[in-house]
Amino acid sequence: MSKERLVVVGNGMAGCRAVQEILKRDPGRYEITIFGAEPRVNYDRIMLSPVLAGEKAFADIVINDEAWYRDNAITLHAGRAVQAIDREARVVRAEGGLEIGYDRMILATGSDPIRLPLPGSDLSGVVTFRDLDDVDAMIAASAQPGARAVVIGGGLLGIEAAYGLVRRGMAATVVHLVDVLMERQLDASAGFLLASALADKGVATELGAVSEEIVGEEGRVAGLKLKDGRTLPCDLLVMAVGIRPNTALGKAAGLEVGRGIVVDDAMRTSDPRISAVGECVEHRGQCYGLVAPIWEMCKTLGADMTGGSAAYEGSVLSTRLKVSGVDVFSAGKFSGGEGCEDIVFRDAGRGVYKRVVIEDGKVAGAVLFGDAADGAWYFDLMRQAAQVTDIRETLIFGQTVTEGLRGLDPSAAVAALGDDAEVCGCNGVCKGAITEAIAGQGLSTLDDVRAVTKASASCGSCTPLVEKLLALTLGDGFKAQTGPKPVCSCTTHGHEVARKRIVAEGLKSMPAVMQALEWSTPDGCASCRPALNYYLLCAWPGEYQDDKQSRFINERVHANIQKDGTYSVVPRMWGGMTTAAELRAIADVVDKFEIPTVKVTGGQRIDLLGVKKDDLPAVWADLNAAGMVSGHAYAKGLRTVKTCVGSDWCRFGTQDSTGLGMRLEKFMWGAWTPAKVKLAVSGCPRNCAEATCKDIGVICVDSGYEIHVGGAAGLHIQGTEVLTKVATEEEAIWTICALTQLYREQGFYLERIYKWMARVGLDAIKAAVLDPETRKALYDRFAYSQRFFRLDPWAERVAGRHTDEFNPLSRRMEFAPA
Amino acid sequence: MNALVKDPMVWTDVGAVTDVPLRGARRVPTPAGVVAIFRTGDGRVFALKDACPHKGGPLSQGIVHGHAVTCPLHAWNIDLASGQAMGADRGKGCTPVVPLEVREGRILLGRT
Repeated sequence: MSKERLVVVGNGMAGCRAVQEILKRDPGRYEITIFGAEPRVNYDRIMLSPVLAGEKAFADIVINDEAWYRDNAITLHAGRAVQAIDREARVVRAEGGLEIGYDRMILATGSDPIRLPLPGSDLSGVVTFRDLDDVDAMIAASAQPGARAVVIGGGLLGIEAAYGLVRRGMAATVVHLVDVLMERQLDASAGFLLASALADKGVATELGAVSEEIVGEEGRVAGLKLKDGRTLPCDLLVMAVGIRPNTALGKAAGLEVGRGIVVDDAMRTSDPRISAVGECVEHRGQCYGLVAPIWEMCKTLGADMTGGSAAYEGSVLSTRLKVSGVDVFSAGKFSGGEGCEDIVFRDAGRGVYKRVVIEDGKVAGAVLFGDAADGAWYFDLMRQAAQVTDIRETLIFGQTVTEGLRGLDPSAAVAALGDDAEVCGCNGVCKGAITEAIAGQGLSTLDDVRAVTKASASCGSCTPLVEKLLALTLGDGFKAQTGPKPVCSCTTHGHEVARKRIVAEGLKSMPAVMQALEWSTPDGCASCRPALNYYLLCAWPGEYQDDKQSRFINERVHANIQKDGTYSVVPRMWGGMTTAAELRAIADVVDKFEIPTVKVTGGQRIDLLGVKKDDLPAVWADLNAAGMVSGHAYAKGLRTVKTCVGSDWCRFGTQDSTGLGMRLEKFMWGAWTPAKVKLAVSGCPRNCAEATCKDIGVICVDSGYEIHVGGAAGLHIQGTEVLTKVATEEEAIWTICALTQLYREQGFYLERIYKWMARVGLDAIKAAVLDPETRKALYDRFAYSQRFFRLDPWAERVAGRHTDEFNPLSRRMEFAPA
Repeated sequence: MNALVKDPMVWTDVGAVTDVPLRGARRVPTPAGVVAIFRTGDGRVFALKDACPHKGGPLSQGIVHGHAVTCPLHAWNIDLASGQAMGADRGKGCTPVVPLEVREGRILLGRT
């Protein structure tokens, strides 16, 4: 009986593996012909990254050499692309007029790298990262001294490309659209750590950067222009933005094609004589771009094509990054979702971040950074769908710890530990030292143990163990620690610790703070994010990039949200002064935008209520045109300075209270503070501006200015206390700015001045603000921060900043009326 | 695409995934009301009716964290995947989820 004829289209990892799986089961069954578009034998494409990095040679990554084809009597047509399949005649046609008949066929056409349709993408020096030719082109470019590379795409491949080029001596920058590297595998926290680790290896990253145009000189790439106007100069541009299943041949042959060539669980296409495997297929709606699923598909296909049966049921994916010294692992639903719970572990000292996602008592996904040793274990638990409820408590500490304790009551396990068992790995403290210290020195809290033994004082991963030792040693005498109230449920730290550590440790971004302070959620919550954003803004003016997504809506759109979803707009009227022109402009805006309500506020400003969000920029543009700027009536910041008419008009006025109010407002406007701040200046003790129930008030008297602090007329009604009395307007301004800065630096987010004052004490505030040197330093820091804050946010939005915020995503949505 | 033919859902392309800011949201007005499209820190995209089950607050204007959004009016936390109120308000209400698919970087909203 003559052999069946098998034609394999694709000489890559999937095609050859499929053949291997068939040969393994029934070596004599088929007469095999393989077509490959690349002019070389079968090699391991995923090892191209180490080849680029110079860590391996091509010979090291060949999977099947020529001898293999020969020994198995396989005919290889390398460098010869198949052009058409005639399913009726059961013939394939290849380049050069070659025609081969088949009884069975395997399509393993893989995928094509996506080339972004940017202007200049056809310039010489623009390459993708897919095959050995690309690698050769990249190596050639790196040979030129001082050459620079830009890699578009911060996924696995882009990072590996950039790392390889840096290893080859080039300067390389990864440009990534998203602000998280490898966002399909990593969450924001791990992505942040990866960016830092890459920076240490010399790979620069530009995150959230949109590529606009590839700039050329004499037909060669010279740089990449970004949407923000910057141009990154380069001599080589690598596009590593993803792959697309190569379905052209299958589609032309009339096979069912979705995103990939559609196959069933036996890997057969809509034509039962033709099977397909690898990156070119779509199985149960999924396309895969990793190697593990390909191996599983090939196994199924091997069984099906040798008369056996097997069903491929889709793959669970895991990824590791092939950058030496950067340990990254990701698998499954690493980012959680509905019905999932997270267990997060952060060890700031070692740069370790682990997140295991649990769903229905099983591991559903994991992302590990810095210590990926347990990746295989988590992956295994995930694939087995093993119940982990019993080992949940120790799961995050990995296999060794967990299996060491499995089946034991956790405290029994701790009790069973020998005295010389190491509890705290960071500081080398063993169990005996801790229990002795607890008993011998009468320690009763975790903090005591930390102070005396150093156990749990570094990374904190042994904290549960130390607490159990406390409980074991003290019995009922141990009470769980009660400390200052945490910022929110994402952390055990209070506001004070967060603020101090941001400054002391130079933490300059939200992920940096969350990592260092071991936040238990991936990106915080609506309580902690605005607080951290403010703390960072206060600590690093001019340096920290405000995170608008961590702002409450009012500050994000610079207007107050109302109960019906419309907004209210309050223009600034310096010191409560206005003019006919301003009033006329306000009236015009009210008419033009059909604003339903106009109201005078308690702070002497005019409030326009009921403005539609889409109208906000246009409303601001008109108000700006009349010389008015945002009144910050929405801000945790300086809102208003209320005044009376003072000595200019009033027969009792002792000083120019209106003038001082205007000067204060013009200097202090835009300042962000922990909570809203309202000022008032009254020209005499009759106090028409009601300065004694404001956060900061000034009462002008004959001999100078009384400065008051800590009033409130909101939820609580409280009169001010006198901070000091000064002789001149200048001194009044210095003192008020220093006082504000002290509050900015010490206040907890949403803590009004009167509450801050109650917490730290008026004496402490006086001591700081009235000491000439401290006052000057505070004033200088305030003035410095104002260089960056005294900007009109309305004008910025009118000029086009964050326009997306105000426009709907699409107006083309055409739903039929229900 | 063949996959579409078999699908009883009608899909409308409303924009690119990257048009929605990370940890942010965008609105899509439709004759059936405003739809809020969210993009979470890990790059996932969700769509809900833009109304909190509590007092109808525009969820698109809230702070997005994890796979949840906090309503800007009275700080209810809503699960983006299910539309259910979370935490202290669990079980008290649910915002309708709008069918959404991402294909090749484009956001498709569905209706049957």
